[in-house]
Amino acid sequence: MTRIPEFHAAKWNEPVVMEMGRPGARGQLFPAPEDEVTQAVGSDLIPGAMARKDRAALPEITEFEAQRHYLHLSQMTLGMMGISLFGTCTMKYNSKTAEYATLRPELAAVHPYQHPDTLQGVLEIIHEFDRILCSLSGMDQFIFQAGGGADAAYTMAAVARAYWDDRGLLDQRTEMVTSVQAHPCNPATAAAAGFKVVNLPLEENGYPSLEALKAAVSDRTALIMINNPDDMGIYNPEIKEWVRVAKEAGALCFYDHANFNGVMGKLSARELGFDACMFMLHKTFGAPKAGGGPAVGAYGCSDELAPYLPCPVVVKEGDRYRLDEDRPKSAGKVREYWGNVPQVVKAYAWARAMGAEGIQLASDISVVANNYMDRKLAEIPGLEISNPGIDAYRMEMTRWSLGPLTEETGVTTVDFANRMADYGIDPYWMSHEPWIVAEPFTPEAGELWSKEDIDTWIGVIAQIAEEARSDPEMVKTAPHNQAIAQVKGDAFEDPGKWAMTWRAYQRKILGDESARGVA
Amino acid sequence: MFDPNRAHPWMANSAPGSLRAMLDEIGAGSVEEVFAQIPEDHFRKAPLDLPPTLSSEIALRRDLVGKLKKNADCEANLSFLGAGVWQHHVPAIVDEIVGRTEFATNVWGSYQSDHGRNQAWFEFSSQLGALLNLDVVQLPVYSWGCATGHAMRMAQRITGRAKVLVPQLSDPERLSVIRTYCQPSAMQSHIEVVLVAADPTTGRLDLGDLQAKLGDDVAAVYFENPEYLGTIETEAAEIARLARAAGAETIVGVDPISLGVMTAPGDYGADIVTGPVQPLGVHMQCGGGAGGFIASRDEEKYVLEYNGFLVSIVETLEEGQVGFGLACPHQNSYGSREHGKDWTGNSTYLWAIAGAVYMSLLGPEGFREVGTLIVSRARYAAKCLGEVPGVRIVWPDTSFKEFVVNFDDTGKTVGEINDLLRARGIFGGKDISDEENALGQSALYCVTELHTAADIRHLCTTLKEVL
Repeated sequence: MTRIPEFHAAKWNEPVVMEMGRPGARGQLFPAPEDEVTQAVGSDLIPGAMARKDRAALPEITEFEAQRHYLHLSQMTLGMMGISLFGTCTMKYNSKTAEYATLRPELAAVHPYQHPDTLQGVLEIIHEFDRILCSLSGMDQFIFQAGGGADAAYTMAAVARAYWDDRGLLDQRTEMVTSVQAHPCNPATAAAAGFKVVNLPLEENGYPSLEALKAAVSDRTALIMINNPDDMGIYNPEIKEWVRVAKEAGALCFYDHANFNGVMGKLSARELGFDACMFMLHKTFGAPKAGGGPAVGAYGCSDELAPYLPCPVVVKEGDRYRLDEDRPKSAGKVREYWGNVPQVVKAYAWARAMGAEGIQLASDISVVANNYMDRKLAEIPGLEISNPGIDAYRMEMTRWSLGPLTEETGVTTVDFANRMADYGIDPYWMSHEPWIVAEPFTPEAGELWSKEDIDTWIGVIAQIAEEARSDPEMVKTAPHNQAIAQVKGDAFEDPGKWAMTWRAYQRKILGDESARGVA
Repeated sequence: MFDPNRAHPWMANSAPGSLRAMLDEIGAGSVEEVFAQIPEDHFRKAPLDLPPTLSSEIALRRDLVGKLKKNADCEANLSFLGAGVWQHHVPAIVDEIVGRTEFATNVWGSYQSDHGRNQAWFEFSSQLGALLNLDVVQLPVYSWGCATGHAMRMAQRITGRAKVLVPQLSDPERLSVIRTYCQPSAMQSHIEVVLVAADPTTGRLDLGDLQAKLGDDVAAVYFENPEYLGTIETEAAEIARLARAAGAETIVGVDPISLGVMTAPGDYGADIVTGPVQPLGVHMQCGGGAGGFIASRDEEKYVLEYNGFLVSIVETLEEGQVGFGLACPHQNSYGSREHGKDWTGNSTYLWAIAGAVYMSLLGPEGFREVGTLIVSRARYAAKCLGEVPGVRIVWPDTSFKEFVVNFDDTGKTVGEINDLLRARGIFGGKDISDEENALGQSALYCVTELHTAADIRHLCTTLKEVL
């Protein structure tokens, strides 16, 4: 018997912090400047024009009230503490051992401009982790400056600019070729870096054809950016040929390894011919993503591209580590400093705790579990797998469609996601744009969740599918057991109604220009 | 070593029999069969060469802590480093809240299932808006430099112009990021970065040079307040007026911890404001605490150019109830791919929650107190250091928390002096001698609320000993 959770979220009717408190209440006191300080320098030290006259309209609350308020907000956040098979993001356990290690002053209270002699421990971890990623990918050098997967894609675009500029061909190599189902960050970062984007359409096998690629690449192509497998769970078996074709045209080849979980230890980006790749440490490598960062897009490349890497690069000389800032061909920085270092430490911890065998087992489990999930989902009427004509085991995630159920009941994939939370199940990921199938959702079982968790998850999907038929209005107005009812979307695109701060809300909605927000 | 007979604590289905049970359910004879999509010659040939597995928590912790202890840190030493990463006090409550597993885990739920996270995000923007006196604050991007790069590209799209004016005395780290965002000159959408001279007597922007360069081809004037080398920009309103007269946007980078005592940029004509979030309750973390905000007035010409997440307070289906969600979602790269405004992705949103907690703890009086404390002690430090023989404060009495200390008359380089200080448990200011500033052997010193008068005297005494 599948367990279906009974659940009700915490519901505190918590005020916005701007409404809380009372005049004069304090949550944090600071010392007064010492007498010797005041005697030496006096007061009123900010020049007149820059001395703040008004009192910032911030809440005035006690330390406990701040603690309780934000604890209440955390309690009103399901945050993966249900069951989250959130495809494309690879839900993992985030080690608290690693988390606590990074909170020690030996990392938390370290400044990136300290002398390298005082940074040997953290540099050693970064270097060792670089070696681990080089082994997993076959690349020669990784850097961690990029603040997420999209930023690593941007790093690739910046490196490609420097590479072509160095050859005097940057005005000619102006195009980036990708697939229409590549993650949006690939075309978006290439465009923001100044490249023209060429999107290849999908064909009947589920991926763009080799012929389309051949037609698209030329001496104008600066690079191709591609993921494999894709979010449908389909692996492009022509990828080696793709790389060959692109390289024949002179283009650089970038492997977006966002979907690495199913092929960890099985594929080497370099052996497939790629020049560069990226890993997301905040998903595949067990560092927490924190609802949107701090994250790390680890960017790795061949020796041929290494001179163009953003600085600094951590290098080992003898038994010492240092930061190499002297790289004349460097593309320039994509972000200040060397990266979200605590996340690198956590990813290093993940790799050490998993080991080579554990990493390979994790990819086995994630792919087998996904296919188990597919098998069970296929038994639910109204659901349809993407590319139904392809009869093959999928990789670590699969795109599904609620299209038939929506046609029958009017209940959409958004309604479905909203209703899931009523059972204490985290809403699933639907799909990146563009939606290739109707009413999509994209579950990914991963190696974290147990078979029982997966069964519960599927049981809830089946239950909501039944509810969609028996009481569609109830599903369409979901959720019903959450901290709040369904959010109305009409204000999001309405300049008269959107309010991104309490100030704006007071002015536009509450109609109170002078309200200070302190009750 | 990894023991295949023991289940891994992080993988439920590594328990004996689990994998086999699922293979049976899907009718597969082996794991290899499930990977049949991948052609045989795609599988890697080179064996994985990874260090030994640390299979127990005890072994893992020992390795991590053992390595990290090889670092020397700014708690065990007395540090005067700043320049974009600053040692400020992080209230304990901030650490508790950002460590909450619901906030720290991977997922990105719905507006309802993750209501608390969305509210905390809105409260970050609301409180920062109250410090800036601006109505729109986006969730933070990767860093201050990235925020400024995006802001300049916003200005390019708004004005249709492709030149930005930037202080010559800019942080080279931030400027490198800005140049990356502005693209090399070969690109069609390149933005030309033109440097504006500083007044050598104050470190402030040279208004004559600014006016000379401020033509009708300028998309934006960027300056910081305080400037990179610590000077408070007293002519901010005049700079904004000149920019507006030329049809350019005014982008100002501000340090949010200064805003209890310094005028809100919304009050002196800033159009777009950027800045670091790290001072608002985020540990330095070797630079891993970086994050950058972007803010503006609530006008469509700005709002429709933001690249990332704008969290709006909205109604719900329940009468009188409010919730939170993303405004203008179709303009970001998730919604519009290459046609979106620049790009977005995972960023530094946990630091928005840290900032929300931090600002709520300080309140208006906390910001006033911490600002007063910092500027008082920084000026005191400058005064004391200026009395050390051979040491000169380049621009006395103009700083907030950072100031330039010149060592030319000591006969020693900053590198040599910092080595001598480090041997005595002091991290001297950032060596800026190699930067393009014509300031000789100089260092940028940072003093915050954590540096007591006794710490400052200790620095000066030690300097006298080693010089």
